[in-house]
Amino acid sequence: MNFQLTKEQEFVRKMVREFAVNEVEPLAADIDKEHRFPVETVEKMAKYGLLGVPFPTEVGGAGGDHISYAITVEELSRVCASTGVICSAHTSLCAWPIFNYGTDEQKAKYLPDLCSGRKLGAFGLTEPGAGTDAAGQQTKAVDAGDAWILNGSKCFITNGGYADVFIVMAMTDKSKGTKGISAFIVEKGDEGFSIGKTEDKMGICASSTTELIFQNCRIPKDRLLSKIGDGFKVAMSTLDGGRIGIASQALGIAQGALDVTIEYMQARKQFGKKLSQMQALQFEVANMATQIEAARLLVYKAADTKDRHLPYGVNAAMAKLFAAETAMYVTTKAVQLHGGYGYTKDYPVERMMRDAKITEIYEGTSEVQKMVIAGSLFKK
Amino acid sequence: MAFKIIVCAKQVPDTNVIKTDPKTGTLIRDGVPSILNPDDANALEEALKIKDKHPDTYITVVSMGPPQATDLLMECLAMGADEGILISDRAVGGSDTWATSNTLEAAIRKIGDYDMIFAGRQAIDGDTAQVGPQIAEKLGLPQVTYVEEFEIADNLKDITVKRQLEDGYEIIKVQTPCMLTCIKELNTPRYMSMSGIFSAKDKTVKIWNAKDIEVDLTKVGLEASPTNVFRSFTPAPKGKGVVLEGDTEKDVAKQLLANLKSKHVI
Repeated sequence: MNFQLTKEQEFVRKMVREFAVNEVEPLAADIDKEHRFPVETVEKMAKYGLLGVPFPTEVGGAGGDHISYAITVEELSRVCASTGVICSAHTSLCAWPIFNYGTDEQKAKYLPDLCSGRKLGAFGLTEPGAGTDAAGQQTKAVDAGDAWILNGSKCFITNGGYADVFIVMAMTDKSKGTKGISAFIVEKGDEGFSIGKTEDKMGICASSTTELIFQNCRIPKDRLLSKIGDGFKVAMSTLDGGRIGIASQALGIAQGALDVTIEYMQARKQFGKKLSQMQALQFEVANMATQIEAARLLVYKAADTKDRHLPYGVNAAMAKLFAAETAMYVTTKAVQLHGGYGYTKDYPVERMMRDAKITEIYEGTSEVQKMVIAGSLFKK
Repeated sequence: MAFKIIVCAKQVPDTNVIKTDPKTGTLIRDGVPSILNPDDANALEEALKIKDKHPDTYITVVSMGPPQATDLLMECLAMGADEGILISDRAVGGSDTWATSNTLEAAIRKIGDYDMIFAGRQAIDGDTAQVGPQIAEKLGLPQVTYVEEFEIADNLKDITVKRQLEDGYEIIKVQTPCMLTCIKELNTPRYMSMSGIFSAKDKTVKIWNAKDIEVDLTKVGLEASPTNVFRSFTPAPKGKGVVLEGDTEKDVAKQLLANLKSKHVI
């Protein structure tokens, strides 16, 4: 048991913190307001290797570990949760399943471009009628001899409008239920594949959330990821890892809100005293900081468990559940401690509170995390 | 043959967060993070830019300091340098600029093979700007200080630099081997890269003591230093300025004139 970050992990925090403060934070309020996907930031993240942190150098990654990846998403999200989820969805939901389930040819074809950020990744499981009940997939894939033909649609797809590579789940045999789902790699520009509506969201407004539409979408046979019927397994294990990313995002949002609140309370005076000198308010901040630290321990433990190649699904679910609730709790308190100013867009806590909410919903709602946790407790 | 660059770098307390004890006048260093001296980061960046263009460039970063300064060298490696050398020995502790340049001169002589040396203009903890020029002088190298623009020809021999002066600039041509000291206007230092961070451990950080660099022990350290800090203090803050306001420029000018006259400035 060692709670000390390694030298490399400390450097990752220092590097991403500097990067985030100089390159990401100055844009955060504007891209939120304009609902603009920060293409220029993605290019910079690519340049510095932020889009391939936990993959080995042999496939073009940085050769880092999952705690370093968690720190990367945390530090980006500390100043801009939209930027944090661009990195998280790309890394955990697209590059990882190819790394874990891809053939050597698939890895060679996709991972160097994804890890270097030359291409951006996305993941499509959710459909209008299949959210938490992912087994209700309507998108179908039919074997047409020399190709797969996909028909259907996906919704709420992070990075949708800007991704080049998509991991898409589709039914190959409806009669087999979840065992009839298969995973495919779809590329931007594939025949019959288009991007539909872009969602107008409450938060993470600079992240691109879109529909994916497949109309007789024809893809080569070698785009099947893992075996036929493995799609549900691929999706669930991918989401286990994705939850570490989203938990890190939630952790970052909470830390960012705490940091700006502390700064504000040291400047703001009422009744002749700084807010930071009022004990009732100090106690609020003490609670916020303690919850954040507890969330951090859960998140890093889940990442560490993954690095040790041990089962981490329950750790990831606990980390995401607690970190998301912490993000919501801390940002709500942060707005309260800012008073009227906190409710305006002149201060970042308003954006942070809107951004925090999604962490309780996507990549499995908090209720789904509880299902995963409870399932492990009552397992026979 | 590789083009070899030596970069001199120093670990300094981050003066943006440092405070002075109002009673003793000394720096409160407790809890102050150590950083790569900003001008030295510019020096490293310029060396890395040469390496970007000519991959067969080998960059060695040399520093003098306590063992913790290894972190700084690791950071330089994570930015893209190839090797780090830390001169760490109690015998060289407390050195002033003369004794420091004696140490660094000895270390650079020990490295032996180099085409140019980059250093920052000065370190933010001392602001002397003396060590770079002293090293050049002791090594018998041509030197250009206050470099704000740098260009090296593809023959990696002919260098043209723009040297900042208080009231203008000079364009200077110089050939390798030479020593240049940089100012912040020269470039914007890059961040460490992710792959740089994880591959830094595969590169070398050497720690050399005074014996390793074969330096004359009578010319290094606190005792040998010809200058000593007599007293340090925080200068009294200047008084607040006066803002003159008026309806027209003429009004304000009139007030200004009256004020200057009353203080016998004019």
